[in-house]
Amino acid sequence: MNKLGQTPSQTVGPYFAYGLTPEQYKFDHTSLATPVLLDARKNSQDAIILRGKVCDLHGEAVDDAMIEIWQVDQEGKFQIKPHQGFFSIGRMGTGTIEGNLFEFTTCIPAAEKPGQAPAIHMIVFMRGLLSHVYTRVYFEDFKELNQEDPYLKLVAEERRSTLIAQKVQESPVTIYEFNLHMQGENETVFFDY
Amino acid sequence: MDTTQNQRDWTSHPPLIAPGYKSTIFRGPSQNLITVPELMKPSSGPIFGLESVAPLDHDLTKNGIKNGEPLGERIVVSGRVLNQHGQPLKNTLIEVWQANAAGRYVHKRDQHHAPLDPNFFGAGRCVTNEEGIFKFYTIKPGAYPWGNHPNAWRPNHIHFSVFGPNIGTRLVTQMYFPGDPLLDYDPIYLAVPEKARERLISSFDLGLTEEGFALGYQFDIVLRGHHSTPFENE
Ligand SMILES: [Fe+2]
Repeated sequence: MNKLGQTPSQTVGPYFAYGLTPEQYKFDHTSLATPVLLDARKNSQDAIILRGKVCDLHGEAVDDAMIEIWQVDQEGKFQIKPHQGFFSIGRMGTGTIEGNLFEFTTCIPAAEKPGQAPAIHMIVFMRGLLSHVYTRVYFEDFKELNQEDPYLKLVAEERRSTLIAQKVQESPVTIYEFNLHMQGENETVFFDY
Repeated sequence: MDTTQNQRDWTSHPPLIAPGYKSTIFRGPSQNLITVPELMKPSSGPIFGLESVAPLDHDLTKNGIKNGEPLGERIVVSGRVLNQHGQPLKNTLIEVWQANAAGRYVHKRDQHHAPLDPNFFGAGRCVTNEEGIFKFYTIKPGAYPWGNHPNAWRPNHIHFSVFGPNIGTRLVTQMYFPGDPLLDYDPIYLAVPEKARERLISSFDLGLTEEGFALGYQFDIVLRGHHSTPFENE
């Protein structure tokens, strides 16, 4: 069979903000996806904040990355119908919060399939990255499920901690921290989906 | 089952570290990506559709108007989004953003000493139809300088962000224009393996050109995979 060649990837560049995350950067254009996946007014007891930074080789938090997260809800479903209280895709650039953080309001998803631990898909785009990269955000609370998770099992034991979000605050809202290291000693594990 | 069919084909995509493009040296992962077996790949995802697109989103010549028409050469860009077996992918959301005709972005960080156009915003979206076809109107973007190396200029380009049936088909890329002399000097374009580069260059199309209004450029996009993946709508 004659197979067509894939269209090559190119970097998102430094100027994505008004096209991909316009509301966050206060441009006059609607955002397709925002940093808020879970409507915390409706589901405050389930809301969590997932926060982190994207560090380059020198440990500097970059201010022009775009993070996309994809996740199922607590029932295990992807949904992107507005007004259902949950939206499965979040997007945020790292250029508007002090410290160059991304910060999503969401919930801990259900495991996508039996035998898996709850995890959020994360895609990193930025200037200096010619093809986006995929990672997975796990949570420290699920130690036993994480032990058995088939994706984590693909990763050498000493690198698995780069995929586990740490709880840094319990109340009034639970905050998990997940820092990405593009290179260096704690280089984050990225998956080739 | 062919287990390579849905892989990202690294003979078509640029490497994560390409020294000619300096910031990749500090930002591209240095360790190998972890290969995920075919059966473990996420196969569904949320699908954006027509409801994600407002009436003027596909017309960048109109969606930024404040007090007149934007300056520059009007163009219409159209093409098909296909999988690797040439099957059209309908209902695929495309987001685009670009510089204005003078090579200036509205992004606050763009300090290039070229004029903003009060009537051009430079971002839009469209969705493919039943035949996988998309179409949008815009102004041909100008070239602009950047700091990668002395006298560095980006060729004219439009940024594209494309969804597809699942997270694996996600693609961000740039569309270039035929005959652009800057392509030979652009490390971002040149980072793409040679055999795949021309896939990023649109072609001028007189049939698509609208008489008295806009020049037509054709640009097809091929996403990986060749089985129709069930769409998750709920
Ligand atoms: Fe650009």
